[in-house]
Amino acid sequence: MRRGWFLPIAASLGFAFLYAPIVSLVIFSFNESKLVTVWSGFSTKWYGELFSDPQLLGAAWLSLQIAAISASIALVLGTLAAVALVRFRRFKGRTLFSGMVSAPLVMPDVITGLALLLLFVAMESTLGWPQGRGMLTIVIAHATFCTAYVCVVVQSRLSDFDRSLEEAAMDLGASPLRTFFDITLPIIAPALVSGWLLGFTLSLDDLVIASFVSGPGSSTLPMVIFSKVKLGVSPDVNALATIIIAIVALGVLIATILQLRARPKKARG
Amino acid sequence: MTTAHEPTIPPPRRLRPWNAVERRLAKVGISGRVLVLVAPVLWLLVFFLVPLAVVFGISLATKQFGRPPYSALLSTEEGTVQLTLHLSNYIKLFTDNLYVAAYLSSIRIAAIATVITLLIGYPMAYAIARAPDRWRNILLMLVVLPFFTSFLLRVYALTGFMRGNGVINQFLGLFGIEPLVMMQTDFAVYVGIVYTYLPFMILPLYTTLVKLDTALFEASADLGARPARTFLSITLPLSLPGIVAGSMLVFIPAIGEFVIPSLLGGPGTLMIGRVLWDEFFTNTNWPRAAAVAMAMLVVVVVPIMLLQRAQSAVVEK
Amino acid sequence: MAKKPPLAIDTRPWRDPKAKPFVRIRNVTKKFGDVSAVHDVSLDIYKSELFCLLGGSGSGKSTLLRMLAGFETPTSGTIEIDGQDMTQVAPYNRPVNMMFQSYALFPHMNVEQNIAYGLKRDGLPRAEIAARVAELLALVKLQDYGARKPHQLSGGQRQRVALARALAKRPKLLLLDEPLGALDKKLREETQFELVKIQETLGVTFIVVTHDQEEAMSLATRIGVMNQGEIAMIGEPTDIYEFPNSKFVANFIGSANMVEGVVTEDEPDHVRIRSAELGCDIHVGHGVDCAPDQLLWWAIRPEKLHLSRDKPAGIHGANVTHGMVEDIGYLGDMSVYQVLLDSGMRLRVTQTNTVRGNPDAITWDEQVYVTWGDTSGSVLTV
Repeated sequence: MRRGWFLPIAASLGFAFLYAPIVSLVIFSFNESKLVTVWSGFSTKWYGELFSDPQLLGAAWLSLQIAAISASIALVLGTLAAVALVRFRRFKGRTLFSGMVSAPLVMPDVITGLALLLLFVAMESTLGWPQGRGMLTIVIAHATFCTAYVCVVVQSRLSDFDRSLEEAAMDLGASPLRTFFDITLPIIAPALVSGWLLGFTLSLDDLVIASFVSGPGSSTLPMVIFSKVKLGVSPDVNALATIIIAIVALGVLIATILQLRARPKKARG
Repeated sequence: MTTAHEPTIPPPRRLRPWNAVERRLAKVGISGRVLVLVAPVLWLLVFFLVPLAVVFGISLATKQFGRPPYSALLSTEEGTVQLTLHLSNYIKLFTDNLYVAAYLSSIRIAAIATVITLLIGYPMAYAIARAPDRWRNILLMLVVLPFFTSFLLRVYALTGFMRGNGVINQFLGLFGIEPLVMMQTDFAVYVGIVYTYLPFMILPLYTTLVKLDTALFEASADLGARPARTFLSITLPLSLPGIVAGSMLVFIPAIGEFVIPSLLGGPGTLMIGRVLWDEFFTNTNWPRAAAVAMAMLVVVVVPIMLLQRAQSAVVEK
Repeated sequence: MAKKPPLAIDTRPWRDPKAKPFVRIRNVTKKFGDVSAVHDVSLDIYKSELFCLLGGSGSGKSTLLRMLAGFETPTSGTIEIDGQDMTQVAPYNRPVNMMFQSYALFPHMNVEQNIAYGLKRDGLPRAEIAARVAELLALVKLQDYGARKPHQLSGGQRQRVALARALAKRPKLLLLDEPLGALDKKLREETQFELVKIQETLGVTFIVVTHDQEEAMSLATRIGVMNQGEIAMIGEPTDIYEFPNSKFVANFIGSANMVEGVVTEDEPDHVRIRSAELGCDIHVGHGVDCAPDQLLWWAIRPEKLHLSRDKPAGIHGANVTHGMVEDIGYLGDMSVYQVLLDSGMRLRVTQTNTVRGNPDAITWDEQVYVTWGDTSGSVLTV
């Protein structure tokens, strides 16, 4: 066994590398000066500025809506796909299907974005739908790649699901559909929640795909941030980042605590 | 008691709504399977597979002014349908040095960054896997946490760290060291990729390492192997699927990366994702962008297949 | 083949050719792809029986049980329960309930909800459900545990909840898949008798799948031994043990010494078999359906053999052979001797340790005679 000094030191340095930039970002969000890197006193004025910027607030609201809708669509599609992949051992086109489900996980964003945009343009000129590009097209694009993530999460939960639980329900008189709602759904619920949250976060985070498929007047939060950052460091972005990091950290913390509490329940009955 | 439990004929079954719905669907020839498959299959066909076909089709068109800004593949002229395919975009890809150089430098940058990520991620994953149980979950959470915070903002955080008067240079200044130029260099791009993709490397590595039976190491030591020997001949080979999976999870998206080179890299940092972006947004040459995308797909297909094999190996163990 | 001694006519329905079976399995075959898990099985099970399907893994016993529950549909053949053809009926429409090997207790429901689940599916009034749940909790002695979740129960308690849940709908037929498999040895013995008691009280027909022969022997009214998808033998526990019908059953149940022999005398009242392996003749004190010079097998249980230092008389100059004690396994209640015969064959002989610390017991390397009664062994032709 290697119980030397190397591993702890390497791990500590690694974590320092992961967190130092974030910590400095948070600290400088409370900086008085507009020069982001020179400390000149504590202030929360950048937060105030943030909440009086209508462009930023509008983009944030749009992003939240898109994230919620696309995560919900992805939840349904991804769960169905996971059920099919885990439960239906053999069906026509299974390999193609599983490839289609998992490919968006690793597909470079620029390709996905370009491909969907070209599709939307081609569909508009031949079918007349979707008219123009905006929230709808972004939702479709995000739901597509979020489906892959939801599917992976639900799949892993389903594959260690004890099938005899469902058989027991049917044996006691429940029809297959009834069994799904009474037994399967409640048991895979934690995976559904984490799948949805994952989809929500990824959608909220996406810059590249949204840039391709959005239209005029439908700039998402990452798009606004990107254009600000392109122009140079601005302290209100620091403030925004701090808020997002705080929300995410809180969310992950709560999820972890819930999971730790729920652990004994995982013992299969 | 005995009489109460005498096997009796069960009460007549009332028609319950679920059963009725199922029966009706079954009558029209719709089984549960079809119902489950139809939505995801249709969605992915229309919004994943067809778009790739469209990209391929448009890559065979040429740039045109108007809406849409590319030539039509099919045209009807005097009652005959004509199919016009242009290979010019692909020929350009191979003959124009810009594209060839961009592909090669993307692969180089992604590969070097992947190796660095592996070198940093492996000890971390190993340390977490060998940590006491109560620490393990907290450390894992610390790895995952940055992954959930915005990717864009993390890249942005790095710019604040590495710029001319950034945190690092101010720190170095305390020791009287001249400020280093880090931003807008390839170095910054490496740091950016390593920084943002580190969790993708650590998680699959951790998954394989944590499953290794500690008895294996004890057996190896018992048979006379020193720790370094044990690592090389036991730990490393057994964690190979994790190494491949983690490396591919970093390498594949890094090849097509756009945000990192455009925020951290300099004008000389050539990456194919950026070339595609510029071709599309700046030059509005959609067919050329489509051809660049097709060529990029070819580049990532082999790594994707490697990844799938490694992933099934990670899961199986 | 060994002939059974004549039996008194009693209440056991399987001995009455006119009795109507409750479960009727006719020529059932189940194939998964090209492999038949169950091959042409026919089996009658009578009301209030506790029938055990006994077999190793892959013997098809679980597949047969799952076909009775409705989770698998036979490839061919029919299954009738209480006179009704159930072959194609969905599991949720069968008057049959099952207790699962993993218990399959719903982890998100408490004990009461688990037990009530099937009753709710039948649309019973709430008051009746509550009464029935209380009655079942009392039956399995878990009155105070109704509000607990499955993960808060011990293994034995979970097993009882699973039983109560399966009994809740008052099924005509209860299927039990390795009902005691997940319990430790001590608890398993206690639970065995409890299970039999409940079965007798309720009069429900039980079909139990198990790989544990001791469990099958002590639980069952009859046992069906399964081997490679087929029924090797059906019979009462004593039949299966004392009168196995084949080499497979003789070897599978308990342990047996098996030798090859040739028939030298074939009379209506006795048979003589010459066995080179054993180094002596075997005199069998009853008629056997065989022909002179036929090659067959003779099996005898270790406890039916006797050891002695002096040469015993034997029967008609047969049933005595000689060897040396090669090894002794002391098990407390008895000792297992391994005797190396002069012919080179090894016999397994058990002797009950009736005397405490017996100084006169036969020990290692002693020369011994092995002998047996003329009806102690089984003559097997397959």
